[in-house]
Amino acid sequence: MATMDALIYPIAILVDELKNDDIQLRLNSIRRLSTIARALGEERTRKELIPFLSENNDDQDEVLLAMAGELGVFIPYVGGVEHAHVLLSPLETLCTVEETCVRDKAVESLCRIGAQMKESNIVDWFIPVVKRLAAGEWFTARVSSCGIFHIAYPSAPDQLKAELRTIYGQLCQDDMPMVRRAAASNLGKFAATVEQSYLKTGIMSIFDDLTQDDQDSVRLLAVEGCAALGKLLEPQDCVAHILPVIVNFSQDKSWRVRYMVANQLYELCEAAGPEHSREHLVPAYVRLLRDNEAEVRIAAAGKVTKFCRILSPQLAIQRILPCVKELSSDSSQHVRSALASVIMGMAPVLGKDATIEQLLPIFLSLLKDEFPDVRLNIISKLDQVNQVIGIDLLSQSLLPAIVELAEDRHWRVRLAIIEYIPLLASQLGVGFFNDKLGALCMQWLEDKVFSIREAAANNLKRLAEEFGPEWAMQHIIPRVLEKINNPHYLCRMTILQAISLLAPVMGAEITCQKLLPVVINSSKDRVPNIKFNVAKVLQTLVSILDQSVVEKTVKPCLVELSEDPDVDVRYYANQALQACDQIMMSS
Amino acid sequence: MNGAVVSEPAVDLPPTQASPSPQPQAPLEWRFSQVFGERSAGEDVQDVDIISAIEFNKSGQHLATGDRGGRVVLFERTDIKDSACRKEAEKGDYSVTRHPEFRYKTEFQSHEPEFDYLKSLEIEEKINKIKWCQASNGASFLLSTNDKTIKFWKVQEKKVKKVSVMNLSPSNGSGNGKPAGGNVCGSSAYLPNGGISKSGGLPLLRLPVVTSQETSLAATCRRVFTHAHDYHINSISNNSDGETFISADDLRINLWNLEISNQSFNIVDVKPTNMEDLTEVITSAEFHPTHCNTLAYSSSKGSIRLVDLRQSALCDTHSQIFEQHEAPGSRSFFTEIIASISDIKFSKDGRHILSRDYMTLKLWDINMDSGPVATFQVHEYLRPKLCDLYENDSIFDKFECCQSGDGLQVATGSYSNIFRVFGSGAGSKEATTLEATRNPTRRQLQNPTRPARSLSTLTRVVRRGAESTGIDANGNSYDLTTKLLHLAWHPSENVIACAAANSLYMYYA
Repeated sequence: MATMDALIYPIAILVDELKNDDIQLRLNSIRRLSTIARALGEERTRKELIPFLSENNDDQDEVLLAMAGELGVFIPYVGGVEHAHVLLSPLETLCTVEETCVRDKAVESLCRIGAQMKESNIVDWFIPVVKRLAAGEWFTARVSSCGIFHIAYPSAPDQLKAELRTIYGQLCQDDMPMVRRAAASNLGKFAATVEQSYLKTGIMSIFDDLTQDDQDSVRLLAVEGCAALGKLLEPQDCVAHILPVIVNFSQDKSWRVRYMVANQLYELCEAAGPEHSREHLVPAYVRLLRDNEAEVRIAAAGKVTKFCRILSPQLAIQRILPCVKELSSDSSQHVRSALASVIMGMAPVLGKDATIEQLLPIFLSLLKDEFPDVRLNIISKLDQVNQVIGIDLLSQSLLPAIVELAEDRHWRVRLAIIEYIPLLASQLGVGFFNDKLGALCMQWLEDKVFSIREAAANNLKRLAEEFGPEWAMQHIIPRVLEKINNPHYLCRMTILQAISLLAPVMGAEITCQKLLPVVINSSKDRVPNIKFNVAKVLQTLVSILDQSVVEKTVKPCLVELSEDPDVDVRYYANQALQACDQIMMSS
Repeated sequence: MNGAVVSEPAVDLPPTQASPSPQPQAPLEWRFSQVFGERSAGEDVQDVDIISAIEFNKSGQHLATGDRGGRVVLFERTDIKDSACRKEAEKGDYSVTRHPEFRYKTEFQSHEPEFDYLKSLEIEEKINKIKWCQASNGASFLLSTNDKTIKFWKVQEKKVKKVSVMNLSPSNGSGNGKPAGGNVCGSSAYLPNGGISKSGGLPLLRLPVVTSQETSLAATCRRVFTHAHDYHINSISNNSDGETFISADDLRINLWNLEISNQSFNIVDVKPTNMEDLTEVITSAEFHPTHCNTLAYSSSKGSIRLVDLRQSALCDTHSQIFEQHEAPGSRSFFTEIIASISDIKFSKDGRHILSRDYMTLKLWDINMDSGPVATFQVHEYLRPKLCDLYENDSIFDKFECCQSGDGLQVATGSYSNIFRVFGSGAGSKEATTLEATRNPTRRQLQNPTRPARSLSTLTRVVRRGAESTGIDANGNSYDLTTKLLHLAWHPSENVIACAAANSLYMYYA
């Protein structure tokens, strides 16, 4: 009996806590519903636990959400697929609550369970759920029903199929826009299960209604339906039925609908096939690129590279490039920024000659844009152009752009350009870097903003990794070490940080010969902050340096610091000494 | 079951018998129906109890009021549970003495006073506006707002639950850690198969048994929409798409999704780059009842702008503007102040917009922007007193307006707790003055040209002192401290709810 108790006790608590006043405890119990179910056994789970859950569904959203999720994977605990239908009832009620995320989860779980159920069980149990929800008194139930038709339909006998199609059609004309939106966004999924013959007639007429809905929010969801339905229809039907809709949508009165088209255009082209896209969708796309509304142009500009990939270079140059040129001097900085983030990708599509002739001037003008984000976006994708035309043609304009960004008055802009310096260095090569960018990298070490100084130190490390220790020895180390004499202690601290970052890259010898003396020297600094940072840096260097050096140079220095009048200096010195000892011991 | 939120079909016919003859219908006869929170004689009104918002829901089954203390009070209709029966009565005989009756349902504290530490500003808890949202699952949903924060409420009947059977009795549950012996023994009868599980489950485990006897109404705050307004929110309005709403302050209008409380989109911004150039502020905004992309907002200069949300993301340019140009000679210092629109309402079909400025009610046809189709003088006798009204700030009082569901009448409030109902149908001369008391028509007896006054007005003069109460040359008395700012018309019947300080008066016709 004692062992029994020990076994039961934790589960008994879990069960009791299903109804605890504390929501955290209830949540905990719900999340471990499978443990409870296992303890109860399959039969009692079916006969007691599931009805219990069905009845107690007025809990808080978090608990309901967890319950909806758990029930989706509950089939093993109720006795396998034959008994799966008992799970439908609690999920059906969860499908009617007003919180969207709970309903969505319940629908997801219903789909998961329905997908495993036997065909006969679907007809006996699942389809009635669909029909009840679709006829629900409140819109929440009807909204949920739209998401489970595609599970029910394939298993239904012909007569039921016809009924389901009719019901779906009614949902698409529901009084509540919420229901029509759910029907519109699930139409693709449902249509994928419907037979070709009904697709062309029934589903297409439903779809046509949705595309002419009064509510903008319904129409813009129908845009997604275009892509989904287009893929299901045979090519000629797609051209006959879907293409005109897309073209209409691209001229919709509502900018939100046009925005959706601009965002989805690539998928729509895929559905329509390349040939028809070229013929019908290029004009539509050109219109969107020249739309009145900046939001639409932003979406369209962001797709320019992707769209050009499905066109011939010739067509891209003829039709799209003129628009791109216009966009590069668009009045909205966000449009230019969106364009700048993708335009470099057009280079491989257009090929070398066209890039030099047509794209390069656009790159150059964007590099001179007044809005830093635009310039940054161009610089961040430099590698894509480099592969096609080489960097030389750009380097002339690149440098002023980089310098200007490097000195931008917003530190976030400066930070962004520092992040790209290693990429630039690798693309531009050592020579260019030495000439032009080296000085900038040093200048950042003395920036007024800490984040910039920190990034500058990190940047040096990444450069040393890129070009190797030898190069670093020649070009970086001397200039960094010079700065240790900077009158400002914050700057000297940055140098110490740079040393600790560079040391692992440079290796033991250089560290010992060049870096260590500087650090040791700094231990005599008059500012305590520098001194305890010396202690910290020494601690990191211990693992790199030779043991004898540690004994001879590092330790005496730390011992001296450990007797410093400043309490923080003593603290960090002692920490470093302890670290030394540990490393000695282990080796 | 869900009788509380029966959605009724819109009553297309005018409630009075639609007479085939073209002559204007007889004026409505208003009768007192109910009062909530009536003040007894001599009782002082607490400032926090003063009603600051009234709103019927779409079906007219529910009514909500908000007050300066941040509370929202809900009322529900009780006289018609059976809507079919009611319609029958309506069709059969209009004069059937059916008395619309509401009862107190529940109340909750929607907003609390707050302090904005960044701006050193106190934020009052006063409810500025309430809007009902789509009901679902037998629960009511509404939005309420104070100056800065909009809250989304769910009001639902909740069963009070009691857990009666537990595995571990609460007394020894944590103590000795054993399933309570007594309970276990007693449980075998409860288990369906005598406590023996075939599939190896633990027979001693029992699920909690929950019993629920009574139900109670509970309001829960579902979402809080905040930090989007630098100025005071004057309006909120739901979109017909059921998922978005707007909130308007003096200079901006923001668009929200009901499900997303951490972002909103600014759609109208009239703030000039230099605040010294500011000449006009937004005073009220409302969505079109059926066109999801049309929005109207009014300004302090007396214009109403229609905005088409389809045209662009930022709707700083209007698609239509309605304004009436004052005759050039009649300009005075007060012209601009009294032109300021305090409230606008779309008619139920969206064809007309009703606007209230300080002196008049105006009805506009959205297909005619040259001027209003009708103008109703609310309290013309105050015109000579504008100077006094300016000095004591009464001229800035913001009166609301409302229209009947059939669009044939309009109503608005005035001083001395009176409100006026005008016929807006073609040829109607209806202009009724009613006082928010148990005897609303008492005022009508009092002919403006006759200097007679009822005794109660006199006593009030005595009680409140003379400075806020005046009697003009014609003997019209007005009491500036008792102003009827808020009122609402039932969406389909001739029922008006109006607020006189802390009392809610209901009238029917």
